[in-house]
Amino acid sequence: MLRLPKFEVRTPESLDAALALLAEFGPDARVIAGGTDLVPNMKHELVTPRIVVSLARIPELRGVGDAGAGWLRLGAMTSLADVAADARVRAQAPALAQAAGLVAGPQLRTMGTLGGNVLLDTRCQWYNQTYFWREALGFCLKKDGTLCHVVEGGSKCVAAASNDTAPALMTLRAELVFVGPQGRRVTPIDDLWLADGAANKKCASDELLVEVRLPPTGPGHRGAYGKLRERASIDFPLLGVATRIELDARGTITDADVVLTALQARPVRVKRAAELLLGVRAEGDAFLAAARAVADQAHRQAHPMPNIPGDAEWRRAMVPVYVRRTLEAAARGAGPVHAV
Amino acid sequence: MAARDQHGIGAPWGDAAAGDPANRAFQVVGKPHRKIDGLAKATGRAQYADDLVLPGMLHAKTLRSPHAHAMIVAIDASKAKALPGVHAVITGADLPIKYGVIPWTQDEHALALDKVRFIGDEVAAVAAIDEDTANAALKLIRVEYEPLHAFLDPRESLARPEPKIHEESKTGNVSKHVDLAFGDVDAALASAEVVVEGDYVFHGTTHAAIEPHCAVAQFSAEGRLTVWSSTQITHYVHRALAKVLELPIQKIRVVQPALGGAFGGKSDPFSLEFCVAKLAMFTGRPVKMLYTREEVFYCHRGRHPMKLRYRTAASKDGKIDAVDAKILIDGGSYSSFGLVTTYYSGQLLTGPYHFPTYRFDSTRVFTNKPPCGPKRGHGSVQPRFAFEVQLDELAEKLALDPIELRRRNFQGDFTRTVNGQRITSNGFLACLDEVERASGWRARRAKLGRGRGLGVAGSMYISGTNYPVYPNKMPQAGIQLAVERSGRVTVFTGSNDIGQGSNSMVAYVVAEELGMDVADIRVVAADTDLVPVDLGAYSSRVTFMVGNATIDAARKLRTQIAGAVAKEWQIDAARVRMGNGKVFDLDSTERCITTAEAFQIAEARCDTLGATGSYNTPTLGGDYRGGTIGASPAYSFTAHVVEASVDVETGRITCHKVWIAHDCGRALNPMLVAGQMEGSAYMGIAEALLEDHGVNRFGLHAGPSLLDYRIPTSVDTPELRR
Ligand SMILES: Cc1cc2nc3c(=O)[nH]c(=O)nc-3n(C[C@H](O)[C@H](O)[C@H](O)COP(=O)(O)OP(=O)(O)OC[C@H]3O[C@@H](n4cnc5c(N)ncnc54)[C@H](O)[C@@H]3O)c2cc1C
Ligand code: SF4
Repeated sequence: MLRLPKFEVRTPESLDAALALLAEFGPDARVIAGGTDLVPNMKHELVTPRIVVSLARIPELRGVGDAGAGWLRLGAMTSLADVAADARVRAQAPALAQAAGLVAGPQLRTMGTLGGNVLLDTRCQWYNQTYFWREALGFCLKKDGTLCHVVEGGSKCVAAASNDTAPALMTLRAELVFVGPQGRRVTPIDDLWLADGAANKKCASDELLVEVRLPPTGPGHRGAYGKLRERASIDFPLLGVATRIELDARGTITDADVVLTALQARPVRVKRAAELLLGVRAEGDAFLAAARAVADQAHRQAHPMPNIPGDAEWRRAMVPVYVRRTLEAAARGAGPVHAV
Repeated sequence: MAARDQHGIGAPWGDAAAGDPANRAFQVVGKPHRKIDGLAKATGRAQYADDLVLPGMLHAKTLRSPHAHAMIVAIDASKAKALPGVHAVITGADLPIKYGVIPWTQDEHALALDKVRFIGDEVAAVAAIDEDTANAALKLIRVEYEPLHAFLDPRESLARPEPKIHEESKTGNVSKHVDLAFGDVDAALASAEVVVEGDYVFHGTTHAAIEPHCAVAQFSAEGRLTVWSSTQITHYVHRALAKVLELPIQKIRVVQPALGGAFGGKSDPFSLEFCVAKLAMFTGRPVKMLYTREEVFYCHRGRHPMKLRYRTAASKDGKIDAVDAKILIDGGSYSSFGLVTTYYSGQLLTGPYHFPTYRFDSTRVFTNKPPCGPKRGHGSVQPRFAFEVQLDELAEKLALDPIELRRRNFQGDFTRTVNGQRITSNGFLACLDEVERASGWRARRAKLGRGRGLGVAGSMYISGTNYPVYPNKMPQAGIQLAVERSGRVTVFTGSNDIGQGSNSMVAYVVAEELGMDVADIRVVAADTDLVPVDLGAYSSRVTFMVGNATIDAARKLRTQIAGAVAKEWQIDAARVRMGNGKVFDLDSTERCITTAEAFQIAEARCDTLGATGSYNTPTLGGDYRGGTIGASPAYSFTAHVVEASVDVETGRITCHKVWIAHDCGRALNPMLVAGQMEGSAYMGIAEALLEDHGVNRFGLHAGPSLLDYRIPTSVDTPELRR
């Protein structure tokens, strides 16, 4: 077994105590939620915190609840399994329930949290490896080295955002609530991202994500998630597609959104999706034609690189297929699009 | 002791054909008994190598090469040795003697002596008070390398002789070349009515057994060495340790504890076995080494990547006239079983179809990648894949049903193949019929719609061969039975139970022969201090060879016991029967005693009771160099039908259902046979659709983890019907 580097665990019982620990130890400290990303990364010596601050004993971080005015609040420590199974989430945000239900495998969804998923580190086949492996490679730009191996001679990290819930949350216009030394801040998830694989999130190391808020959706809301991966369980996405369609009482599309992930450092919104789908009834040939137009647009925008495993050309070719199928699934009130 | 080829007369299951009422006489054989170690494993009580904890035990770790191909200029371990908690550091100079499982191609060092040949090759080992200290010490060892050109493509190894990966290879970077022809292939090709030809590629795959390799060594004050290892071949590890450590072999004891899967991946002697032994000798303390999953991927010995070219000539009615193969085998960095692999790549294709003429030209080359070796169906899976695809191409060309084409080419039973292999009973046609029927082949095949279909393939495999790896005339398998007057029998066997159930199998056989309850039989296995030699768990040899040795021993014992009881009762020995824990007079069944009482009668009349038995192969195979490699005393046959579909947009293939039929001879325990059938079908599908053991452009393993090396999960496994 790979050994974990030595560290100390702290288990604060309140948010304030947790924040105080983060302030005290600064860059030596790291938050652990479910640990399903952090622990492997520590074993690979990608992060080697001296202090690990566990959020497990702060009860208010866990659970799904009503945030008023139709908003849902999902505590950052809510497990992915609970998110996927929650009746309110399934009704109000089907794409999120589907995406959470497709993260990793059942054991990891029981341990893994929504907050940890939002804040998941980017992934790359040259990076998510053991110390020995990375040393044999001569390391890479993101950690311990100077070169990027994805783009030969590249000077910027293009490791891929690989969190399944992120694109779904973006289509849902979710908001993130952080607390830090400066107090509370609420930020739309769209504003979280940076286009840098080495650090793709605007989130300071002394901040905590406390909850994810979902705005209300109406009866015409439809959403679905599509995930390309080699096996039907465990694997990270080779491509993730979240779709949202809003229908009026006659079944005509009034708004739409499509966000892709696992291509580059940040999730990518497909341009003009709403425009291309607006006014189309969500069925039949007209809808299919519009969905194809969105798929083509997605294809033009998507330029996957050989950052994560899997043939980048194939991943690109799958973009329009998955966009179209996931839009169709949303229109039917179905999904996820998976294992096909 | 004689080379025995059949059960001989008097076997309780003996000579009755399937369906014969005589079969009803079986009491143990043919019934789904649980494995004798099943409960221990299911309840977590089985002791694996890593469960061993000895007083004062040290933990060892291996330093590995970060270069695919390089000379070692200097090693400085002084800082590592000085680290508190470190007890010893060893390098190649401490274990300079070469080994290798095949005596003719010994090219491995426990730790690299002067050069490294792949990323992950072993360079030094440290023993320390715990794993973390050992790991910290590894980072303090300074090794100076002088990189050499790295060969990552087998075609390059073939074309470019320098630099040599192994100085001792005769021709450049060629590891083994076999070119054998049987009959006039060229003439048959020239005059054939149809010829199909094609190129096929098989990528590499690895075993991915659940348990990583682990070894523990202890060196006693009397100078005796004990090594517990997760090996599937105790005997070869025993021999290799004696050679490399220069210890008298009788002072070495090798024990295989419970084992968590192997599939061929634990057949070679591995670096860790020598390292823990040497470190235990140096420090005087027990030493354990457990590989990480990453290290298991580096030691590999998995299925060889092959580039195969086949030409098949046939008549218009689909009868094969000639098969011509040219195969390039990527061996990775060491020989391992490669000599055998190279022969097997050609020798094992000559069934279940009749080849009037046949030629194969197989070349195994070295590359700077993790070494390849034997994996389930060793050497035969890649050619089988290519040839079965070629048969389908032939069927298509002739507008013949693929099952019908295979039926027409059936070789028959009790025959001899073109390369001199003796085929005895052969249930291939029955297998074909069964999968054709069960899958609804005829009615459904044409009606599944575009993108969905049924496919068929046949195969055959050996039950061990009469090539004993190192030449000797002794039995391939030996058994000892010890009888206790309480009614308990202990079986001593050298065979390695690697999860396939061989320990259970010997218990069933003894129970059947002596008419006992399986629960009254103990098995002591794979401990070289206690058991007679068996050559180990490889080449699908164990049930056949060890099973026959067990029959041999048990029958001697039965004769002795029945004889004693007959004398006691003053009747003819033929009237004494043993069954259901009882011994009785066939002619007056009210005269009946327990097995234990019979043992006591025999012990009183004869001596302390026990028996030995053995199995050796008869002379088999063709009379030419390599003619015995792949010559087996018995072959098993199989046919599979798969229902699969392809998503035309994504190119993804889904395997929905597999129908499996095997002729493995008599199923001693049908439940274990079913497990083998399911396990091998699952593994085959995974190799075809998911798994890929490759290196990247730097020669680094592409993903040495169970996340990146994709073995199927339960939701990726199709329905299996047998
Ligand atoms: C085999 C395997 C397969 C996987 N497959 C997938 C997959 O398919 N899709 C996918 O999206 N993920 C996958 N994952 C990654 C991971 O399991 C999930 O992303 C999970 O949601 C992470 O949550 P966690 O609670 O375990 O996070 P942790 O590992 O505890 O934390 C992740 C990161 O977020 C930080 N963090 C966590 N919570 C907070 C907080 N409240 N405030 C501030 N910082 C915080 C941590 O410091 C850390 O940097 C996989 C992991 C493994 C091991
Ligand atoms: S994208 Fe480049 S820099 Fe970033 S992790 Fe991968 S190899 Fe390293």
